[in-house]
Amino acid sequence: MTASLTLVVLMAVLFGAGITIMLERSLTRVLIGFLLVGNAVNILIFLMSGAPGLAPLLGDDVSADDISDPVPQAFVLTAIVINLGITAFMLALIYRSWWLARLGEKGDLVDDEDDLEEEAEEVEGLIRSSAADDLAIQELIDASDEEFEPSPERPDEEVRP
Amino acid sequence: MNPAILVPLVVLLPLLGAAVTLVLGRHRRAQMAVSASVLAAVAVISAVLLATVDASGAGVVVQVGGWEPPFGISLVVDRLAAIMLLISAIVLLGVLVYAVSQGVADRHRETPVSIFHPAYLILSAGVFNAFIAGDLFNLYVGFEILLSASYVLLTLGGTGERIRAGVTYILVSLVSSLFFLSAIALIYGATGTANIAQLSVRIAELPDSVQLILHLLLLLAFGIKAAVFPLSFWLPDSYPTAPAPVTAVFAGLLTKVGVYAIIRTETVIFQESDVSTLLLVIGGLTMLVGILGALTQADIKRLLSFTLVSHIGYMIFGIGLATELGLAATIYYVVHHITVQTALFLTTGLIERFGGSTSINRLAGLLKASPLLAILFFIPALNLGGIPPFSGFLGKLGLFIAGAEGAPESVGGPAWLTWTVIAAGAATSLITLYALTRFWNMAFWRDRDEVEGYDSPLLNSVLEWEGSGDTAVATRTTPVPMVVVTTALVAITVLLTVFAGPLFDLAGRTAADLVDPSVYIGLVFPGGVR
Repeated sequence: MTASLTLVVLMAVLFGAGITIMLERSLTRVLIGFLLVGNAVNILIFLMSGAPGLAPLLGDDVSADDISDPVPQAFVLTAIVINLGITAFMLALIYRSWWLARLGEKGDLVDDEDDLEEEAEEVEGLIRSSAADDLAIQELIDASDEEFEPSPERPDEEVRP
Repeated sequence: MNPAILVPLVVLLPLLGAAVTLVLGRHRRAQMAVSASVLAAVAVISAVLLATVDASGAGVVVQVGGWEPPFGISLVVDRLAAIMLLISAIVLLGVLVYAVSQGVADRHRETPVSIFHPAYLILSAGVFNAFIAGDLFNLYVGFEILLSASYVLLTLGGTGERIRAGVTYILVSLVSSLFFLSAIALIYGATGTANIAQLSVRIAELPDSVQLILHLLLLLAFGIKAAVFPLSFWLPDSYPTAPAPVTAVFAGLLTKVGVYAIIRTETVIFQESDVSTLLLVIGGLTMLVGILGALTQADIKRLLSFTLVSHIGYMIFGIGLATELGLAATIYYVVHHITVQTALFLTTGLIERFGGSTSINRLAGLLKASPLLAILFFIPALNLGGIPPFSGFLGKLGLFIAGAEGAPESVGGPAWLTWTVIAAGAATSLITLYALTRFWNMAFWRDRDEVEGYDSPLLNSVLEWEGSGDTAVATRTTPVPMVVVTTALVAITVLLTVFAGPLFDLAGRTAADLVDPSVYIGLVFPGGVR
């Protein structure tokens, strides 16, 4: 069986990199590792269709020896679709575990009265602090405006609200 | 009617049902009606298929799309596939009713209905597809369908505990799928086909070393799915956190799909390559390590998960023997184990509702509170432990006889090894009995006064019986269908004993088909393999 050396090397690199990353602690990295290994396996399947460069089409005047084997390509397509679905689910799972890690079960129980109160206070504090920030920024802008008086050569600065 | 029409329906009906239940997300009753009738229909179809296949002695084969094998995808229902279809359809239907009545009673806290039904039906479709796949890649697709659905079911509700357990489970499953896919790629590269019947012929023509590598790679993938030692570490960590009915169906069915795949691998795909010795060693170790893990567990769900791992070892032992009797006993044991393990997990769900806990330290006095529950736990527990005359005893006895008959001729490994594994099996059976009766004694027999600081969760659901202080009557918070389904499953485990004769004959005929791979090949390629 003939196979493309480039693809073999690419497969080996993807396998190596993917397995290394999968051993990390972070879930996102594990997912990326899984994607790399998954693609490495896809390339492995693709390699099994033999020498590259031919179309997988069997016509009337084409002999069976002059085409690529279409079956591995069908396998790869199926595997890609399955990987896509699982990746979507894993992303949702990672987001959920991130959410739980940051907020704990508390994140789901906002309808509790104490929590609501606490949250309202937090939000109020946020608004207050952001209002203070806005004020400070506005002062800075005003101060800079005073330093740079709009010159007649730069009319665009004058139309600024 | 041509039975071939029925074969694709076992996969199509659940998939269509999943779509319909997804659309009907807001109509609980309609959803339930659709799922229940779909699974009931599959159960009927499987029964018809089993009757047809067993009567004619030949299997039913469907070439999807009318493409001749090996170009098309073959769906094959022989005796083994039909038996597996029937028993899993029955178990799936029972657990569905149990889950829905629990969900109704709990106002869907445990099972958000709109997701539960479609995911459950897709899981069923995946399981059925894996059983009828006549093509290695189609088997992979079946596995992926059931695994994807199982990810959703395991993380239902998305609590921290389930997400943690789910991550372990999903990652392990993904790795095993990658192994499986790589094995398919290499097998395709070596033989140019993925059709199981054609593989059987072509793999035999390969050099021994190549056969062995492909064989071990495939076994590695299936071993993770079947939770065989040392690839079983993930199971006790992930199954117990799921909702009780989901755990029940996972424990009963999912590992058995792996065992089914191993049976096919050993009998049809790699008929020449022999790893019996390895399988015997692994089978023995799985039994012992699993059951020793169960001994130290205080939580009944974890305890049962460890016994689940342990008893997979018996099936691997039977497959490793590779004799006709060994395979027949394995098939009987698989059916027995699916029902008994599901029944035990469903009973655990009832215990959890009734006693408010699954921990051995916090349960007591359940025998007085609910004698029926005590019986529902006791019968499958004795059955799993292998007490005569139950089916667990018959299955184990069959395996031991098969081993003892095979041992002198050193079928499947050296004779001392077979005897060692038989001894390990007997020990495992006793330890299982010990672990389960210990739980029974503590949770059911022990008086509540003996538990220090007993804080009865029962009090919430119990009315004190006026007159005598020590008896209490539970108010009806456990839905009747849950109890009925559990009782029915326990009854099925008993029926497996009552009809053990005819069932063992059926298992024997199935094993006779399996021992000779030309039966399977002749089924898919009536004119011989090109």
